[in-house]
Amino acid sequence: MSDTGRLSKPGSLGRSRSLDAPGSLTGPEGLTVTIPPEPTGLPDEPLAEFALEHGLASAAARPPALEYLRQLWRRRHFIVGFATARNVAMYTEARLGQVWQVLTPLLNVAVYYFIFGILLNVSRGVPAPYLSFLVTGVFVFNFTQRSFIIASRVMNDSLPLIRVLHFPRACLPLGYVLIELQQLIVSFVVLFVIVLALPNNPLTWYWLLIIPILMLQTLFNVGGGLILARWGAGFDDVSQLLPFLVRTWMYASGVLFSIQGLALHAGNIVFRHPTLAYLMQINPAAVYITLTRNALLTTERTSAPGAKPYDAGKCFVYSHAPARFPYASAYCHPIVSVGGLWMWAGIWAVAALVIGFFFFWRAETRYGRG
Amino acid sequence: MAVAEPMVVVDNLHIVYRVYGGTGDKSTAASALLRMLRRQRRPSIREVHAVRGVSFVAYRGDAIGVIGRNGSGKSTLLRAIAGLLPPEKGGDVYTDGHAALLGVNAALLDDLTGEKNVILGCLAMGMRPQEVKELYPAIVDFSGVGDFINLPMKTYSSGMGSRLRFSIASAKSQDILLVDEALATGDAEFREKSFARISELRDEAGTVFLVTHNLKEIEETCNRVIWLEKGQIVRAGDDVASIVDAYLAASGGQPIERTQPAVKP
Repeated sequence: MSDTGRLSKPGSLGRSRSLDAPGSLTGPEGLTVTIPPEPTGLPDEPLAEFALEHGLASAAARPPALEYLRQLWRRRHFIVGFATARNVAMYTEARLGQVWQVLTPLLNVAVYYFIFGILLNVSRGVPAPYLSFLVTGVFVFNFTQRSFIIASRVMNDSLPLIRVLHFPRACLPLGYVLIELQQLIVSFVVLFVIVLALPNNPLTWYWLLIIPILMLQTLFNVGGGLILARWGAGFDDVSQLLPFLVRTWMYASGVLFSIQGLALHAGNIVFRHPTLAYLMQINPAAVYITLTRNALLTTERTSAPGAKPYDAGKCFVYSHAPARFPYASAYCHPIVSVGGLWMWAGIWAVAALVIGFFFFWRAETRYGRG
Repeated sequence: MAVAEPMVVVDNLHIVYRVYGGTGDKSTAASALLRMLRRQRRPSIREVHAVRGVSFVAYRGDAIGVIGRNGSGKSTLLRAIAGLLPPEKGGDVYTDGHAALLGVNAALLDDLTGEKNVILGCLAMGMRPQEVKELYPAIVDFSGVGDFINLPMKTYSSGMGSRLRFSIASAKSQDILLVDEALATGDAEFREKSFARISELRDEAGTVFLVTHNLKEIEETCNRVIWLEKGQIVRAGDDVASIVDAYLAASGGQPIERTQPAVKP
């Protein structure tokens, strides 16, 4: 039955006005290019109706949100495979290969420790060891930072892929956030070694809290990544500007210092403006960093404000000599309680995910054109 | 014979590209800043009306050749059918399922090995891992890249790359396959193989669109042809030979010598 296609001679069957019309034009006009378009075996009814009648759907149509989610779920193997392959390929050019996965965060930490821990000594008020405190902050923030920056470029970087294959575009930012999650897990192994090698922070059951924290942060990163992916696809300016914004965000998120501690230091600007302190504390990066520190570092958990019953005297001591009594902050009132931190961690994750999904999905058909 | 089943309906399709920096304006940082302060639009934005009001219907089992000069809108038309370019208001493209586009510039993931590209490409098309595992040997075998399958795709010659891409895209019988000059870089043997594959896909009751400047190939593989000029259909129909002849005459090419009547029985 290989001739079926030809025999049916589409359009010539039952649609008589059609195919001989263009054929009759082979005369002298056939040589010029100014002939008006000829009917080419079109059905008599309007084409849109004809198409819908036969169950065809608009090629550039955006699937409904639920269907889009279903398509994404069906591509889960692609997302995971894509993330893994990309992760491996990322360092194939480098001579040290996969070692860079560990080396990059370590070098980052070394730089920050040298500048902020030794040169500027911002560790005042943070219970020793400052290095554990710093490394946790840097790694956790790095996860969000890299997810966002990469997501803002992913649509433009993946244009070739977008232009050949049809798949839900949200696979791309999702895949890249997964890559960052894999990298973070490697970094965390390094972090665990550092934390355990330094004094005061033993292995405790609290460490298990890292799993829900990491899940919430990943959801937040996916949501934020989806938003940035759409912005980045729209204008390149976003990916130019983003690194600066993210760096500013880092300094405001208590990666290098303790916001809670700063808010208790008498005379500090954050001390004088409690609203500012509150806003800094509930910002998503600070929330995830603080929660991770409280889970990993016994020093942080026991010195967190609110960890001990309020004692005005001891709190006063802390706010005037934080460096000498770093643990006294536990006797102060917290600006955001532990429960509050968990609540915000959830709020940020869900809000980012929902907003990000719909924001990205609405522009689904516009990615990769040009 | 039942009424043919339409696979692609193109209804008054208009595609407009909006190009930034198209004109040769002397753009400096200072002038850009001034423009922003005055709230002017970027002067360099230009509209290119690539496809102007094209309408046709393609049916199951059709192999349609699209011919025309460079810049006549052939590739744009295919990308619109693939759903990769949104049409302007007033017209639309309707398809039965999604069309797979095969283009000559279509690189997959360059820094990954051919093997990974095959697997990821298949997964992205919506195959299940089990299916991919089953199809993998056939895909690699068909592409004929041999040991290169374990090297990153950026080390491939353009011919090898397009062979692998064609193998991936045609692995699953697609309902609608769009081939955009993808075979131009393959060698003679591979062309032979891929044309056999195209007619196979047609027999599996799919619809194939073929853009190429090799008119002989169009005559050999296609049962219909669409001649585009400046984004409009000049002629379309299933008298392939006469349309090709007219096109050749209009574009000043050498007429094709036919030993036998090229009109298909």
